[in-house]
Amino acid sequence: MEIVRSQRSRTNTPNDSVSTLPLYRYAPQLEVRLEDFEVFAMDRLRVLKGISDALARGKRPEEMENLVRDLWKANMRHPEASEDVNKDIISHFVLRLVYCRTEDLRKWFLSMETALYRYRFLLGSSEAKRALMEEFDLPCKAISRTEFENAKEKLEQVARSFDQPLPTADAIFYKVPFEEVPELVAGRRVYIHKGHAYVAMHQVVSLVVTQFRSNLSKALILTNRKWTSTIREQEKDRLTPIVEALSMSYLGPDYSQTKEFGEISIKDLDQLARSSFPLCMRHLFDKLREDHHLKHGGRMQLGLFLKGVGLRMEDALAFWKAEFSHKVGAERFDKEYAYSIRHNYGKEGKRTDYTPYSCQKIISSTPGVGDHHGCPYRHFSEENLRAALGRMGVGSRAMEDVVDKVRNRHYQLACTLTFEAVHSSSCDAGINHPNQYFSDSHKILQPKNNNAA
Amino acid sequence: MTKEESKNGSDDMLIDGPKQGNVIPDGFNPNYLKVYYGRLFPHADIFKWMSYGNDGRHPACDKSYFGRREFSFTLDNDIYLRFQSFNSESELENSIKEKCPSKIDIGPVYSVDPAKRHAYAQGGDNVFAPVERELIFDIDITDYDDVRYCCSGADVCLECWPLMTVAIKVIDTALRDDFGFDHILWVYSGRRGVHCWVCDGKARRLTNEQRGAIADYFRVYKGNENSNKKVSFPGPLHPFLVRSYTEVLREFFEEKLLLSQNLFSTEERYEKILSMIPDESVTSELRGKWQENRRSSNSKEDINFFRWEQLKNTLQSGKQKVQGLRRCVEEIVFAFTYPRLDMEVSKHRNHLLKAPFCVHPKTGRVCIPIDPKDCEELDPTTVPTLSELLRELNTGDSRMDVDNATLTLPMFFLVAEWEKTSLGKSIRFFRSSFLQPLLKSCKEEMESGYKAKIQQTKNSLSW
Repeated sequence: MEIVRSQRSRTNTPNDSVSTLPLYRYAPQLEVRLEDFEVFAMDRLRVLKGISDALARGKRPEEMENLVRDLWKANMRHPEASEDVNKDIISHFVLRLVYCRTEDLRKWFLSMETALYRYRFLLGSSEAKRALMEEFDLPCKAISRTEFENAKEKLEQVARSFDQPLPTADAIFYKVPFEEVPELVAGRRVYIHKGHAYVAMHQVVSLVVTQFRSNLSKALILTNRKWTSTIREQEKDRLTPIVEALSMSYLGPDYSQTKEFGEISIKDLDQLARSSFPLCMRHLFDKLREDHHLKHGGRMQLGLFLKGVGLRMEDALAFWKAEFSHKVGAERFDKEYAYSIRHNYGKEGKRTDYTPYSCQKIISSTPGVGDHHGCPYRHFSEENLRAALGRMGVGSRAMEDVVDKVRNRHYQLACTLTFEAVHSSSCDAGINHPNQYFSDSHKILQPKNNNAA
Repeated sequence: MTKEESKNGSDDMLIDGPKQGNVIPDGFNPNYLKVYYGRLFPHADIFKWMSYGNDGRHPACDKSYFGRREFSFTLDNDIYLRFQSFNSESELENSIKEKCPSKIDIGPVYSVDPAKRHAYAQGGDNVFAPVERELIFDIDITDYDDVRYCCSGADVCLECWPLMTVAIKVIDTALRDDFGFDHILWVYSGRRGVHCWVCDGKARRLTNEQRGAIADYFRVYKGNENSNKKVSFPGPLHPFLVRSYTEVLREFFEEKLLLSQNLFSTEERYEKILSMIPDESVTSELRGKWQENRRSSNSKEDINFFRWEQLKNTLQSGKQKVQGLRRCVEEIVFAFTYPRLDMEVSKHRNHLLKAPFCVHPKTGRVCIPIDPKDCEELDPTTVPTLSELLRELNTGDSRMDVDNATLTLPMFFLVAEWEKTSLGKSIRFFRSSFLQPLLKSCKEEMESGYKAKIQQTKNSLSW
């Protein structure tokens, strides 16, 4: 791709012009104007950000499909219709440069681009789907009549388990090694036999998406190497500032660099838990006080949250030690648990400074037997949730709204409503991160405290 | 209070270890370990296994393979040595004999020798990373504490142990029939659970995501004390669940567990089952029958069996107006009997797992392999202990002294030490059912892979 300043863009034959969904295999042989470089990228970023927000709010696949169609239409159309494909490809490659530079950026970009690809694939025609499958060179084979007859009963069982129409006599199924379709396997959405998964036509997207994801993941690593070794320096007066600015604008604060460490002390914790912790952290905190122990998932979720809140490592060690000592003794705490806390603060092992978990991460975790982490709006039974909310001081009117949101799987909205009820103040941005809940709460309550003093 | 025993790698640090009490339990003595490692522990077999055929002389053998495997040792005073690696069988054997670890864990095969990892850890590209690792499962009976009344925590008895047997049957069948794996080793964990090692090449090369997918495929029980309904089937069951139910779970629940755990005998117990039924009219009908029935025992039939039948009839009678009732019976059976796996163990390639043939420090029992085709035969209360084995060795030796018949003496020297003990059966089983078929398959894979590579080179060289 050649970036030019003033010349009008000329289009040579773009790759993959036959199918509407490009494969993004190679950077196109095009000349791009510098303004377009930035504008195309920002338009695509709006689409990706829209997807990110929708996923965080737990939107259903059908809703996502519509959303993607609308977002794409609103942002990715070019005044010259024939230029649509170019804009698509160019914007993708520009964003690769922007998002290849750290592990977090890569992870986010990979997830959003994969989601985008999935829904665009689903929106395409059967013909387009089949054509794209061939281009992807997938390790799957259509099953024969006999194979179908032999597996028919099981295939019907699978279809029924998801309320899908039963496969007809001429239904096409692909036999694929099970490891190629991990998400279908995980959801028990396919019949598996002797290592092969029997994938229905409408599920084929999973295969395509897995390949896409894997290809993009590798490409991002390579792009990062090229960026660090040559491009960044070469382009320091032209593209580099644009690229660096683009990534800042769209990732919210991740609370990894707490500016004021030591602002929170141990003696404040009980009171803060009652006034400013979101339900997930309050539950963990209460359980810790009650049981003098938390399993690993809970220790991570609460521990990192407290770090984000501003608890210094020395205080954290003292706090956890005081609790755990009741159960396992101080010596054992030092031997077995202290390391883990220092690890969280980046003082051991890889020395990574771990970031507190966002709502998205917490909602998607899976607490098991004896665990108390995860999102209570998702995992608590309605009865337990009502009781917990009651203890937080949520009134009956608000409680009904919260429960309603939970029934519709809008866990973050439920938490936002809880926040609003408890603080008697609105939270327009919505809750995306437990530390955000805390800092917003703190902001509201602080001036009151100062006045009271 | 139960503690998981799990070790993990560079990401999250899981260090929940067992607390060593002041009393040394029956059957275990750290001094005996020296003898055990000196005369009984099958070093050579572990080496052969972990080499997966690379210790041979075929040109395709990777000489660095064994050296890139991580082992970890837990020493007597809870000192924990990670990233141990060895370049040969003798290095492994000597280190074990010298250090006498109370526990040996096996980790993944890394991209480079773990001893050299510091030279590579830099840079976000993770050049020091796992490249191969068996697909492993860990099933611990403490995860069933909410459905077993005979024991809790670390205890295990013959009434609740069958839950493990059932778990083995369900998972083993699925691993072979559904996933197509052949080389599967089940091991008694020494106290209260079982481990599973899937060693096919394909399994060893699975990514974390793929392992997570398999673990999720097996996952049915979703919940903890905060949620009511832990097993929920919104629609008809997947063929895997159907097979598990009809071939294993239903029969086990109705003919064994109901009675051995007395699931309906008290109000507290039957209320727990009633809480899994989301229909007030059904639960109050049943409650009514059972509350009044307490004093009258009209039939000879066991009360648990009787009430279960009543429950089934009430749920299955007439039309099901409430959607949630259709598969309530199955949900209850699954909630009690379906295997509960530790997801984290299976999902991450860098997770460590205790090696077979270790001795459990709390019980003194040896972690012996279990034959999945015969898993009911395993009785955790009679698994050989360290002290028993040493006694057997001594008896064998003294027999040797007393019996001076020249006929038996040379025979005795030729026979491996473990043959003289009850460990013999386990090691023989390990070799014939698992190790030999595995190594044969590795050899075939290596040879055919090598041939294909040679052919490829030939093709690309042709003018």
